[in-house]
Amino acid sequence: MNPTFDRKDGRLVLAHLLFAYVALLLGGVCGMLQSMVKSGSITLPANIGYYELLTAHGVLMALVFTTFFIIGFLYSGISRTLGGSLTGVSRSLGWIGFTLMAAGTVLGVIMILLNKATVLYTFYAPLKASPWFYIALVLLVVGSWLSGYGIFAQYRTWRKANTGKLSPLLAFMAVVTMLLWQIATLGVAATVLLQFIPWSFGWVETINVLLSRTLFWYFGHPLVYFWLMPAYMCWYVIVPKIIGGKIYSDALARLAFILLLLFSIPVGFHHQLMEPGIAPFWKFLQVVLTFMVIVPSLITAFSLFATFELNGRARGATGLFGWLKKLPWKDVRFFAPFMGMLVFIPAGAGGIINASNQMNAVVHNTLWVTGHFHLTVATSVALTFFGIGYWLIPVVTGRRLTKRLNNLGIIQVVTWCIGMLFMSGSMHITGLFGDPRRTDYTTYNDSPESILWMPYHVAMAVGGIILFISLIVLLAAVVGLLLAPRGVEEYPIGEVIDTAEKTPKLFERWGLWIGVSAALILIAYTIPLADMITGGTGSPGYKFW
Amino acid sequence: MMHIHRLEKIWLTFGMAMLAVFLLILGLSAFTMGMDTPNSGHDHSVHAAKLSETPPFDHPAITQIGDREYEAVMTAWAFGYSPDQDQLVVPAGSTVHFSVTSSDVVHGFEIPGTNVNMMVLPGEVNHVSHKFDEPGEYLILCNEYCGIGHQAMFTKLIVT
Ligand code: HEM
Ligand SMILES: [Cu+2]
Ligand SMILES: [Cu+2]
Repeated sequence: MNPTFDRKDGRLVLAHLLFAYVALLLGGVCGMLQSMVKSGSITLPANIGYYELLTAHGVLMALVFTTFFIIGFLYSGISRTLGGSLTGVSRSLGWIGFTLMAAGTVLGVIMILLNKATVLYTFYAPLKASPWFYIALVLLVVGSWLSGYGIFAQYRTWRKANTGKLSPLLAFMAVVTMLLWQIATLGVAATVLLQFIPWSFGWVETINVLLSRTLFWYFGHPLVYFWLMPAYMCWYVIVPKIIGGKIYSDALARLAFILLLLFSIPVGFHHQLMEPGIAPFWKFLQVVLTFMVIVPSLITAFSLFATFELNGRARGATGLFGWLKKLPWKDVRFFAPFMGMLVFIPAGAGGIINASNQMNAVVHNTLWVTGHFHLTVATSVALTFFGIGYWLIPVVTGRRLTKRLNNLGIIQVVTWCIGMLFMSGSMHITGLFGDPRRTDYTTYNDSPESILWMPYHVAMAVGGIILFISLIVLLAAVVGLLLAPRGVEEYPIGEVIDTAEKTPKLFERWGLWIGVSAALILIAYTIPLADMITGGTGSPGYKFW
Repeated sequence: MMHIHRLEKIWLTFGMAMLAVFLLILGLSAFTMGMDTPNSGHDHSVHAAKLSETPPFDHPAITQIGDREYEAVMTAWAFGYSPDQDQLVVPAGSTVHFSVTSSDVVHGFEIPGTNVNMMVLPGEVNHVSHKFDEPGEYLILCNEYCGIGHQAMFTKLIVT
């Protein structure tokens, strides 16, 4: 393989990454301010509302940072593994997608800052934002669709030129991730195009609230797998190469991805367990389907630790945990995603609690949930992305990750972990006491319960400040990378162990998997959705901010 | 089909067996022991804009329906709950059956320290029951963002 990365593709990838980092930085400013407001340490200058900040934070972090980074990373992966450069069609689609998404982001952020869309990133009806906010969301989603088509096109071209050959694992995973995204975003596209836009322009009087929430969460859960799967790509394919080992099993990795595709969509009701209007049977059915994702998680845990252990033993490690010493702890390309994996163990356990049907009542809409996804997406996924950025920026710009920048990266990762320990840790604890999320500073008229929550809010603010410092270090490191000495940095792609068994062809029968996915979705959603459409009453819009 | 390493087979079999047991316990306790998610029926019953003419929500109130058993019919609105706080009083040991709906946007209904925690949607009625053994003031708060005054949306239930 050509050691240098295609220059034109590099520019596309870099544009996505830098856009993502800017969103992260702005979102981080909001996040830190939120944590300070909630602890009563500061009050915002007259014109900025807490919920305005929170809307900006949710949109910039959950929708913009993640999507841009992911698409940039996926494009780098297919450029690298499917022929060494993108076809003209794919690259154009990538740029058109980028432009639409960027336009959507700018428009959306302007609407939020003008206080015309203080509806939080979940934009629950019947709070009604300016129609331009919903149009911004459409631009973001449609842009990401086009980027997805670019990935599919590249894959098809490669398959035509390589008939009968097994596709590269990284490319296969990119295709599954984008396929998941296409199927999942149908829900949010349906509610925004058919419900929110006509209603916010005043073409129709009312909106079916329960239906809109259900379509949102049909999208909202696979959204979190859309964040997670690229992190898994790094863990399965990139990390083995960085540690000098091999991928444990190509077939198991593909199986895990297919299972994630199938079982992450027909499960949105686990976000609506405490909601009226959905019969308990359907909630429970989706809870059962939710728990099926434990299977690919178990496969992943096994495969990753097998990779670490086999590699350590090949290097002479002895004893039960001797292989731990053989891991390259001082290499940020390994250290960042490894910390991400480690955090994913408690994070995943927390997720099991959240999804446990009636047990959800203990934590629903408390800060526990906020603590939970700051471990999953804002730590496991974010750290893995940071780790990717440290080598991907040099790869696509033809520069080198120097020792100094590597060490800066390690500092950044450590501070992020410490900050999250404070912030997410205290969110988890105070959440268990019933402390609500999405709430400006309040003591409910000095209610004794909420006075007890305040020390945790102070710890959250301490964490928020440490996290922000980590972001400043990240900023310095990224600028450092852009100015680093020229050279060739490796795009680390692992190879499969020689003794691994052959991968069955079945995994690339896309029609089959789309069919199974559609069947599961129809089973889980048809009857409850029909019931909502025929039975619901409409709500007019409200602007309570 | 695929060959899978023996250790991995053991790991996966054990994992899936635990999962099956767990789901069974969860399902059984939900459906046979009354530990269900809130709102066991689904009614689509009320018109949010017409609550003031829809019984029982036209007169939100707490009424005794049996020995130490109360029904609380409540509405949530930006930014508060009806009936007024001075009416929300029950003796210790009472079970209260809450029926709550919204007259405007989506709200929450949570009593910290208990398992009372549910969403309140316009157009739908949600239900939850709880037995209050200890006397005291119970905070009822909104835990879903509903607008600029969301953090001020609460009331109290007094258990005497
Ligand atoms: C500097 C680092 C960060 C800080 C200090 C921070 C802080 C916070 C705080 C205090 C809240 C909750 C407020 C509330 O419920 O009232 C929050 C919510 C949230 N954060 Fe972060 N966060 C950070 C990074 C991230 C990252 C990296 C992500 C995702 C990639 C993220 C995603 C979210 C989301 C989705 C919410 C929920 C918004 C909502 O409830 O509408 N955060 N964050
Ligand atoms: Cu979910
Ligand atoms: Cu509220």
